[in-house]
Amino acid sequence: MTSLPELKSANQLLDDCLQNLQWAIEQGQLNNPLMVGIHSGGVWVAEALHQRLQLSEPLGKLNITFYRDDFNTLGLHPQVAPSQLPVDIDGRDIILVDDVLYTGRTIRAAMNELFDYGRPARIWLAVLFERDGRELPISAQTVGQRLVLSPRQQIHVDGPHPLTAHIVTREEIA
Amino acid sequence: MAVNFVRPLIPKLATDPWAIQFDAAGHLKHLLTIEGLGSTWITRILDTAEGFMSVSDRDIKKVPLLRGRTVVNLFFEASTRTRTTFELAAKRLSADVLNINLSTSATTKGESLLDTLRNIEAMQADMFVVRHEQSGAAHFIARHAAPHVSVLNAGDGWHAHPTQALLDAFTIRRIKGEFAPLRIAIVGDVKHSRVARSQIHAFNSLNVGELRVIGPRTLIPNDIEPLGVRVYHDMRAGLKDVDIIIMLRLQRERMESGLLPSEQEFYRLYGLTEEKLKWAKPDAIVMHPGPANRGVEIESRVADGPQSVILQQVSNGIGVRMAVMALCMSAES
Repeated sequence: MTSLPELKSANQLLDDCLQNLQWAIEQGQLNNPLMVGIHSGGVWVAEALHQRLQLSEPLGKLNITFYRDDFNTLGLHPQVAPSQLPVDIDGRDIILVDDVLYTGRTIRAAMNELFDYGRPARIWLAVLFERDGRELPISAQTVGQRLVLSPRQQIHVDGPHPLTAHIVTREEIA
Repeated sequence: MAVNFVRPLIPKLATDPWAIQFDAAGHLKHLLTIEGLGSTWITRILDTAEGFMSVSDRDIKKVPLLRGRTVVNLFFEASTRTRTTFELAAKRLSADVLNINLSTSATTKGESLLDTLRNIEAMQADMFVVRHEQSGAAHFIARHAAPHVSVLNAGDGWHAHPTQALLDAFTIRRIKGEFAPLRIAIVGDVKHSRVARSQIHAFNSLNVGELRVIGPRTLIPNDIEPLGVRVYHDMRAGLKDVDIIIMLRLQRERMESGLLPSEQEFYRLYGLTEEKLKWAKPDAIVMHPGPANRGVEIESRVADGPQSVILQQVSNGIGVRMAVMALCMSAES
């Protein structure tokens, strides 16, 4: 059995993300950004970042259930909290927030949904964790921690208060 | 005070005639009737519909959930509202939709229901939405359709119209919240109404506080009380303390068959006027599955009045039908 990689504390992860986002805003890479979290883990992270960044406009929330490409195999989640985008996203810089970037399929679905609401000027991806295993050409601009894990390992983020993360290893199926 | 009725238990046996609605894993595959769904599935459908409602408020009223799937509206009986809301629901889920109006098509040329079914199946359809004047038609199609096909009942004879009952329950829940404290009255031709039958099953499953039917003796089935329903023949007594009034459409042909003396007589006794509406609770809401006969079962001023939620029912119908389609199409695979 191999030892699990050490995870940073939630506070440390949020601080690192925050620093990077502030830097991007100061550099003019993000202009008056709008923050959008992906249900549910991404919303928890976005709420924490939104508060610390003191963005003037309310946080947007995306529920990508209706946009997933694995609908046929996973079915429909019964309790679907609707997406809420309180502000027009046309021409806006958007910080899209999720807890973990893994295959990239969730982000693809989220971008498809965003484009059904309007045409953002820029989408900037911020995640607490980025791990290996991408199945689509998608990368994050702001990352709390990068990890290399086996396919049997998954990062579970719980929240919203307190925001915690741990790695779980699925039993290998014989 | 709400009255609690003893409600019949729905057997979950292999012989359950409604077991066909579920796949081997217990997931909803066909929606033929409210019976057998239980509060769990009804609530699940309503919760899912809540999520879909937001799609209709957007500029782009579409989600890609059923992209590449084909939904066939098989209507053997005329319908505008039901067919168009099913069509819109399917289109908002990005499915391809085919409307076949069979009352004027092949069946009049002598083709059997099964032949029609096989032909449309050969077009690789994934879902049939069926309306038929014969009770049990949707059930028949579900039994004979290819294994991957889902069947939704959009009204069969006097039997059932499950999506109408679900959208009514959804509308009530959105406005009133809980079902347990509510008194609901269904008014008019209950006997010939598939809508009323499905509503009674749905409201019983959702444990509505008290369920009443109001109408003339000729239009209320004799055996309805064991379903947990209180029968009233007098509008004033029946509407007292009621939170929800559901007016049913009076079919004109009932007059011809001698069940009613005249439309005017029916309107005088059971037509919902502003005056009669005052007999219910002040915050009572008025519903109608449509199309309404103004001046027969409902006064225009009530149908268009502040207590009417008839148009909300239509909008909600799209969300509820999207939910049923998405849930049924996510079965089996």
